[in-house]
Parts: sequence; C-alpha cells; structure tokens
Amino acid sequence: MATQQTQFTVLMRILHWLMAAMVLTMLGIGVAMVASLGDYHRLVSIHRPLGIAILILVVIRFVNRQFSTLPPFPATMSSQERFVAHASEVLLYTLLFVLPLVGWGMLSAARYPIVLYGPLHLPPILPHSVMLYAFLRKTHTVLAYLLFLAFIAHFGAILFHTLVVRDGLFSRMAPWRVRAR
Amino acid sequence: MPSDSTASAEKQPAALSRGSTLRRLVGIGVVILCVAGGFLYLGGWFSPNALTPARFVDAFERADGVYSGFRRNHAKGVGVSGYFESNGEGARLSKAVVFRPGRVAVIGRFSFGGGDPNVADAPTMVRGLGLLFWLPGGEEWRTAMINLPVFPFQTPQAFYDNLVASQPDPKTGKPDPDKMAAFAASHPATVRALGIIQSHAPSSGFDNTAFNSLNAFRFIDAAGKSIPVRWTLAPVQPFAAASTAATAQTDKNYMFDALIASILQHPLQWHLIITIGQPGDPTNDATVAWPDGREQVDVGTLTLDHIESEETSPARDINFDPLVLPSGMAPSDDPLLSARSAIYSQSFTRRAGEAKTPSAISPTEVRK
Repeated sequence: MATQQTQFTVLMRILHWLMAAMVLTMLGIGVAMVASLGDYHRLVSIHRPLGIAILILVVIRFVNRQFSTLPPFPATMSSQERFVAHASEVLLYTLLFVLPLVGWGMLSAARYPIVLYGPLHLPPILPHSVMLYAFLRKTHTVLAYLLFLAFIAHFGAILFHTLVVRDGLFSRMAPWRVRAR
Repeated sequence: MPSDSTASAEKQPAALSRGSTLRRLVGIGVVILCVAGGFLYLGGWFSPNALTPARFVDAFERADGVYSGFRRNHAKGVGVSGYFESNGEGARLSKAVVFRPGRVAVIGRFSFGGGDPNVADAPTMVRGLGLLFWLPGGEEWRTAMINLPVFPFQTPQAFYDNLVASQPDPKTGKPDPDKMAAFAASHPATVRALGIIQSHAPSSGFDNTAFNSLNAFRFIDAAGKSIPVRWTLAPVQPFAAASTAATAQTDKNYMFDALIASILQHPLQWHLIITIGQPGDPTNDATVAWPDGREQVDVGTLTLDHIESEETSPARDINFDPLVLPSGMAPSDDPLLSARSAIYSQSFTRRAGEAKTPSAISPTEVRK
C-alpha cells in the first residue's frame, strides 16, 4: 500500500486549475457584460470563445477522468458526505458541459453569427427561432447562477475540510506535488 | 495494513479548541461572502443608478409603451431583400470579403424611429434601414443606419437623459418644456447636431433617402493597416423634397405604401459610399460631421427587389446589431457603438419571448 495514490494526476490537476480560472473569469464576465454599456462588446467578444474553450476542455477532462485512477476520499468523510461530494462533481461537470452548449444554441436560435476570432466562427446548432432563443437565454442565466452557487458550495466545503477538519482533502488537488506520508 | 494505520495516526492533527473552530468557521464565512459580493458587484447590484442596457430599454418602454413582440425602438417597419454587388474598389480599404468583387445576398428592414408600431407615417420622423449581408464562408455584416446626417447625442447617457426629459407629462400629455430646455442647455453638442439635422430637408420617401452609418468604424486592410471610416447609402432614385404642407394623410401607412409600390415597379438601388477620415477627424463623436472634401469611395451597389410584411419576413427576427462585423471591419472608439450593441440585444431578448402581434404593414398591405 506504499504506492497508494494521494493526488489526482498531473494532467487532472492542470485541467482543474486551468478551468477554475477560466470558469471564474467567465462567470465574472457574464454577470458584468449584461449590466454594461461601454464594455459590453469587448466582454461579449471574450465570453464567446472562452465559453467554447471551456466546452472543449470539459470534454477532454471528462474523457481523461474515465482513464485515470482517482485518489481515495479521506477517512474523515462519511458515506453521506462522499455521496454529496460525488453528486456535486456530477453537477459541476454537467453545468460546465451544458452552459456553453446552451450559449451556442441560443446564439444559433437568435441567428447571431457565432464568431470566435476574426473570420473564425462556428455553425449554428439550432434553427432560427426567437421563442427558442428567449427560452435558452433565460436558461443560460439560471444555469450560470446555479454554477456560481455550486462553485461557492465546492469552495466552502474545501475551506471547511482544510481549515477545520484538516484532513488533507485539498492536497488531493493541490497544484503542487504532495508526497504520501 | 500496518503502514496505513501509521499514516492515519500521523495525519491526525491536534484537536482544535472550540474558540479556534469558531474563528475558522467565521473566517470561511467571510471569504465566501467576499467572493459572492465581488460577483454581485461585477453584476452592478451595488450601483442601482448606473445606466445599464435594461434601464435604457425601460426608458424606451416608459416613453412609448410596450407592444408585444415589437422592437422597443424603430418598431414600425417592413422587410426587404436583394443583393449587394461589390465593384472591388473597397478591397484596398478593408480585407472584408464583402468588398471582393461580386454579389452577396442581403436582407433588410426599413423602419420609423420610436416604439409605436402603429404610428402614422410622417416625413419628419427618423427613418431607419437595417441590413444583413450574407458573406461567403459564413461571415456576416450587419449595419443599422438612419437618415439623419449626424446623431443628436454624443453619449449613451445623453440619449438616455433626453428620453427621460422628453417623456410626456401625465397631466398635459406633452413633454415638459422646462425639462426639455434644461436638457438642451446642458447638452450643447445636441443643439449643434440638431442645427445640422434641421438644415437637411427630408426626402419624400424611403426610396430616395440617404442612410448613414453615423458612428465611425475602422476598416483594416490585408496588410493590417487600420483607417477610420463612415459610410452612406446614397440613393440612385432622384431626390424630391418631402411636402412641407401639413396635409392630413388619410393613409397612416402612406410612406410605406409608396415604398411598396416603388419596389414592385422596379428594384431600388443605393451606392455604398465609404468616407475616409483624416487624422484629427473625431471618431468618438457622432454629433459632428467630418469636414467636406474627405476622400469618398463608391464600393458597390445595393439593390433591393423584394418587399414583404414583417409577419413573413425573416428580418423581423433579426437583431441588426451594428457590431456584427466581418473580419476587416472593427468598431471605432465611439462610446455609442458598444451601447447600441448592448441595448439592441436587450430589446431583442425582451421581444423574442413575447407573443407576436400583427404588423401595421400587413401581408395584404404589401400585396394590394
């Protein structure tokens, strides 16, 4: 048991922290741009390609996870806690996949061009329908707030385990290398 | 598993005192509140008086009312389609594919300014033309132009303040002249722009109207060189001044009807004229015209040969967002541009989800 894995793989940790930075930036841009006049265009121009980048990364991350061994939960976590932790991971993966897809879909339904950079753009994935756009636009907002709440819960749980329970939960995903003790 | 039990024994930290646990929990709570507060701050929750797209569209709704399914401004309109034939002259100004020689399909929408979709046609009202150019390779160019030679407002805030100042007084049903005067006194740029606007007599109909980009944009050529530009659609149809006599028109849609009759008779054409700004020409102030004598390039001809009611036209469900630009065109530093994009989007989102009500220019109106 000396080789017991204590951390997620290097690739998983890189993907986690890269996406954490991207998703937080994305949530900030999203909530700021809808309230902005002067910066609206600049923020939307970042929001679109960044969202698509997140969509691509979450697929890579999900596939990679299927082929990776995960470190065990600390012994301090009860089976209920493990269930909640697992469910929150499923929720986060789902939101990170569905939110950009809804964004792409709503732009398609509104018949906006889905410009990434310069002449580079994506094809529409839904037919032109403003009613569908209106529904997806609302959905996009609701899911974004849900993602923010899920992030807060995730962040709070990690802080609680690290500072109060002190069971080394954070070291599983720490960006630096933590050796098994 | 002896090694395992040793590991967990080693990991077991000394128990926290109750006070220490409490302090750490409070600390976590503060961190979480700061993150959530930062998020709400970015979303403008702590600046309830800041001008946002939603508050701007609210002002349009207060001024003109809400008409289900219609644009909050430029509500009355009709759909058109046709094509743009580039002569290739624009290719040296911008690498945008629309300027390569050849023909691209266009859809568009003629409109009157204001939020009332049933307003009676009048030559003094602002005329709009929104266009969407379908470019090869899937790019698009959208532009929303009006017939005014300059725009009356320098900033989004000035536009908003004017909307608020010119709101009808509930008692008189007319705007409060004191508020209007106060607005004019504090906005000399608007007064100057209105002077320019009033010196241009409106034409008799949509077909002989010149439409202007108003805002400056930037064109970027193949070498990456950027130049400031404005553009105008100059009608091929000869100018005729609108009748100044206050004749009561029995047909509320007489200007749209004239446009329909005209387009059914022969395709309507406009030259797309690009005006190139010189260093020092303001690009961030749509209230000011550029000096005469600037280089102008005729880059091609727009032909509109089909007209239909909004009820059947795809133009109804298009947002003519002036910042949907192909590669080779970019916004200038004019603060109105990003604001227009944001506000059009807000108006589009609101009307998208509403039940669509019949347009004043009905399918029968177009066929008669």
